[in-house]
Amino acid sequence: MRSSTTRPPSTAERLLLGAIGLASFLGLWWGMSASGLVAKQFLPTPLDVLARTQYLLTEPFAGATLPEHLARSLERYAYGFLLAAGVGVPLGLLMGWFRWLDAMVTPVFDGLRFIAPIAWVPFAALWFGTGIGGPIMIIFSGAFPPCLINAYRGARFVDAKYIEAARMLGTGSLRTILEVLLPASFPAIVAGLRIGAGLGWQSLVGAELIVASAGVGYMMVQGQSNISTPTVVAGMVAIGLVGLVIDVFLRQIEAFVRHRRGLA
Amino acid sequence: MSAIEFDNVGRLFERDGRSFPALDGVDLTVADKEFVALVGPSGCGKTTCLRMAAGFEAPSSGRVLVGGAPVPGPGPDRAVVFQQFALFPWKTVADNVAFGLRNKGMAAPERRDRIAAIIKLMGLDGYETAFPHQLSGGMQQRVAIARAYVLDPQVLLMDEPFGALDAQTRVVMQEELVRIARINPRTVLFITHAVEEAVYLADRVAVMTQRPGRIKEVLDVRAIRAAENWDRHARVEDVMDLESFVHLRTHIWRSLREEKVGGER
Repeated sequence: MRSSTTRPPSTAERLLLGAIGLASFLGLWWGMSASGLVAKQFLPTPLDVLARTQYLLTEPFAGATLPEHLARSLERYAYGFLLAAGVGVPLGLLMGWFRWLDAMVTPVFDGLRFIAPIAWVPFAALWFGTGIGGPIMIIFSGAFPPCLINAYRGARFVDAKYIEAARMLGTGSLRTILEVLLPASFPAIVAGLRIGAGLGWQSLVGAELIVASAGVGYMMVQGQSNISTPTVVAGMVAIGLVGLVIDVFLRQIEAFVRHRRGLA
Repeated sequence: MSAIEFDNVGRLFERDGRSFPALDGVDLTVADKEFVALVGPSGCGKTTCLRMAAGFEAPSSGRVLVGGAPVPGPGPDRAVVFQQFALFPWKTVADNVAFGLRNKGMAAPERRDRIAAIIKLMGLDGYETAFPHQLSGGMQQRVAIARAYVLDPQVLLMDEPFGALDAQTRVVMQEELVRIARINPRTVLFITHAVEEAVYLADRVAVMTQRPGRIKEVLDVRAIRAAENWDRHARVEDVMDLESFVHLRTHIWRSLREEKVGGER
């Protein structure tokens, strides 16, 4: 039978094709900025960005070096994400277990979850000023929905045989939630944490629009005001790379969990 | 005393706003420490009977009594062995077996002794720290049986426990079950669609009609087993070769053939 897609490339081919893709992207970028079609001020060349990044690694801009900005961003991100996971996962699990809680929370949640994190910026600024509360709130609003939804789905669609086995063994509600529902939902929860971690990190720049001191988003906003576009792109690159590292890390955890469970 | 009594039990299922009778007037008593096998065409409601005795479902009419009282819900006095094992994949063999005992609030040393004893009895030594997915189907079902037996339940409910096993493993498990049942007799309701398995294991075999299920006839295997001295044979295949065994098996086969096979549940 013919497969529905084309032949999958080998590892070597995959590396080569990936390199071609990246080179084409950089070439197109370079061509655009070098040809003069776009003013150099508005689109720096890849080399400008590289030089600027190198500079920012050691020299402060907007009050701090790039690693210092990153450290502040990661701190805010960690608080926002941990809060989202700490509220979203237990709430999702309990919604999957208690049908009345599901019926109560779902309409509120569905009403709010399609609002982009950046839409909360005005309120975050009003409520928290330039303190750490604002960015945490925005990162939270990005990371929270997948944490909750995946824990909920994991718990709601746990194979009934595990719950029946627990009840047959005389297990009370609390122990069933902690020792059956939670571990049975664990692969779904970890998948949700990974998605949530990604969306939370994506919300970072929006979150740091309203901070007054350091952070990659803050650095980029300052770069824009000073028409230093290489600084802005350097911030974008830093966000992309750190996001990738976070994702790879959580992917490893996910794979480990699935392996231990005998799922893959 | 822990007899299981089905007293004129009916069960309706709702689908698309209409109700279908799955069981209609089931009368059956499993006496204390008796092993009764329930056979019937697929879709006849055997599993529903067992699930009502377990407390997972309630009868629509009639009564299901265990130890003389209506079944209140699932509980460790009526341990269930599921066809699909239903072991907790995130727990080791020892932790799966220990799970029910921990609910009883048993002291750790006593718990350890009980677990060690049952693991030995079920031939699971050396697998205590393995996870279920690392074991074969036969070994997983041993763990599931150990998890049920360790609770020392008055009643054991087994829903096609060997249905998912290959033929060789199945025979070994049947012999094991007979061995364990002699050491520690319990009230057992055993569902199977393998007629030979039913005749080999049970004191009595109850045959059900097609849907809506009723008890068609009950055969006393015990009397024939004693009269023909089946127990002098240690191996399943030797017992299954005996004329008296073949005769009983064929009788049940005919009885089932008269029932058209109902729809799969």
